[in-house]
Amino acid sequence: MSSATLTASAVNNAARRGNALGRRLLIISAWLVFAFFLLLPLFVVATEALKQGVGVFVASILEPDAISALKLTLLAVGIAVPLNLVFGVAAAWCVSKYEFRGKSILVTLIDLPFSVSPVIAGLIYVLLFGAQGFFGPWLREHDIQIIFALPGIVLATVFVTVPFVARELIPLMQEQGTQEEEAARLLGANGWQMFWHVTLPNIKWGLIYGVVLCTARAMGEFGAVSVVSGHIRGYTNTLPLHVEILYNEYNHVAAFSVASLLLLLALFILLLKQWSESRINRRKASAGEE
Amino acid sequence: MSRRTSPVIPGFGLTLGYTLVYLSLLVLIPLGAMFVHAAQLTWDQFWAIISSPRVLAALKLSFGTAFLAAIINGVIGTLLAWVLVRYTFPGRKIIEAMIDLPFALPTAVAGIALTALYAPNGLIGQFATSLGFKIAYTPLGITLALTFVTLPFVVRTLQPVLADIPREVEEAAACLGAKPLQVARHVLLPALLPAWLTGFALAFARGVGEYGSVIFIAGNMPMKTEILPLLIMVQLDQYNYVGATAIGVLMLVVSFILLLLINLLQRRISRS
Repeated sequence: MSSATLTASAVNNAARRGNALGRRLLIISAWLVFAFFLLLPLFVVATEALKQGVGVFVASILEPDAISALKLTLLAVGIAVPLNLVFGVAAAWCVSKYEFRGKSILVTLIDLPFSVSPVIAGLIYVLLFGAQGFFGPWLREHDIQIIFALPGIVLATVFVTVPFVARELIPLMQEQGTQEEEAARLLGANGWQMFWHVTLPNIKWGLIYGVVLCTARAMGEFGAVSVVSGHIRGYTNTLPLHVEILYNEYNHVAAFSVASLLLLLALFILLLKQWSESRINRRKASAGEE
Repeated sequence: MSRRTSPVIPGFGLTLGYTLVYLSLLVLIPLGAMFVHAAQLTWDQFWAIISSPRVLAALKLSFGTAFLAAIINGVIGTLLAWVLVRYTFPGRKIIEAMIDLPFALPTAVAGIALTALYAPNGLIGQFATSLGFKIAYTPLGITLALTFVTLPFVVRTLQPVLADIPREVEEAAACLGAKPLQVARHVLLPALLPAWLTGFALAFARGVGEYGSVIFIAGNMPMKTEILPLLIMVQLDQYNYVGATAIGVLMLVVSFILLLLINLLQRRISRS
């Protein structure tokens, strides 16, 4: 068939059919990639955990060492996340509301922990506070233990999660500008009133989003905590470290049972994330209408 | 340092001060201390540590697998971002929500799950075994683990950029007679490349330092499947703090140079 005999509409139809086919192929391959890379690992965790029945699964989770690991993880997260929450708000505030020299350097420094290996994050605290570290002799004199104890675990967790809240808030607050705050000030609000009644409601969902991401990482941190924890069972073992110990002891069912507990937490976090994200979008949409 | 644009809004000194003190105490001073600690070594001693065959093998493995994983993510991440932004189809919301799973899932969990999957008798590993090769306990397994943990980076950096390119631009190009590949090359590629590089760099940096997901699937054989972060751990377990510090400094410096190069490339692209 020569091209001259094709009418314009036929060309169009052919192109559209080609597009539809390409589109279907792309969607199918996206599904395959998704199933292969993301769904299969989930499926494996669940099946391995339940291999010997629900009884063994429940027993592995309720075992005293697992419970104390869970408690330690929650405690470390409970200290690290609020610290980084306050830092994130302060950092986002000064970066987004003012212009000053060196701002881009400051933003780079805030992001720095993302490109440092977690193992190095642990290492630097060992060099500072370990028995042979800079402060080692002084700490021993005063009977303070940081490495191989809770403070070390908290420090390592804080380090790897420093950027999360700030990173979510900075673009959001930059977009919002300073007009509303200025209006509040002109109407006589003091600094705190302005923050509580104007800024905070505006950034609420972004804040929740950042905290959710921060919590996920804090709860799952492995490399950094592994360096500073010392792996003392029942004392300085977090949940991810407990998974490692069980796995290395060839107690696979118990390892996957505890892992599936962490997986459930991760899925819950994704739900929270989705929810806060949809609230941010809704807020943006309603702001656009006004 | 203070050049305020909005003098009405209070809190500049407080928030900047707090940010600087917090960052210095928790991040900058400890990182600096590592470099000070490394300075105990003479240049020759430092060189002897980082040029030992075991360190060089680990260096090649870590950066090589992280690079490969970032490339794989560059491809499948672009596919996922494109499909999620441009098409509506059954299950779109599920994929969209689950893309971030690798960030939410503790890396140790990812590590043992992938090992169970790709081990010689595992769900996928058994097919490899019958074909006569291994996935787990080889660099291939390490690459797959890194691909999993860094999967969201490229998708999440491309999505907003893709959503911002008006479809009319592509349609206009197509109406003017451009073939789909020409549209991709002349319209989409220049717009997407800077974001793509950002995603690539983030995935690469994370992959180089990644520990938890890799150590289970790697097999950790010195010279063959031993990654740099693990080598630091090995030194620490032997109380060889100087060795650990030297490797740590090497890792930071090499990653920093690579990120700088990617940054420069990005600037050149967005300028042209």
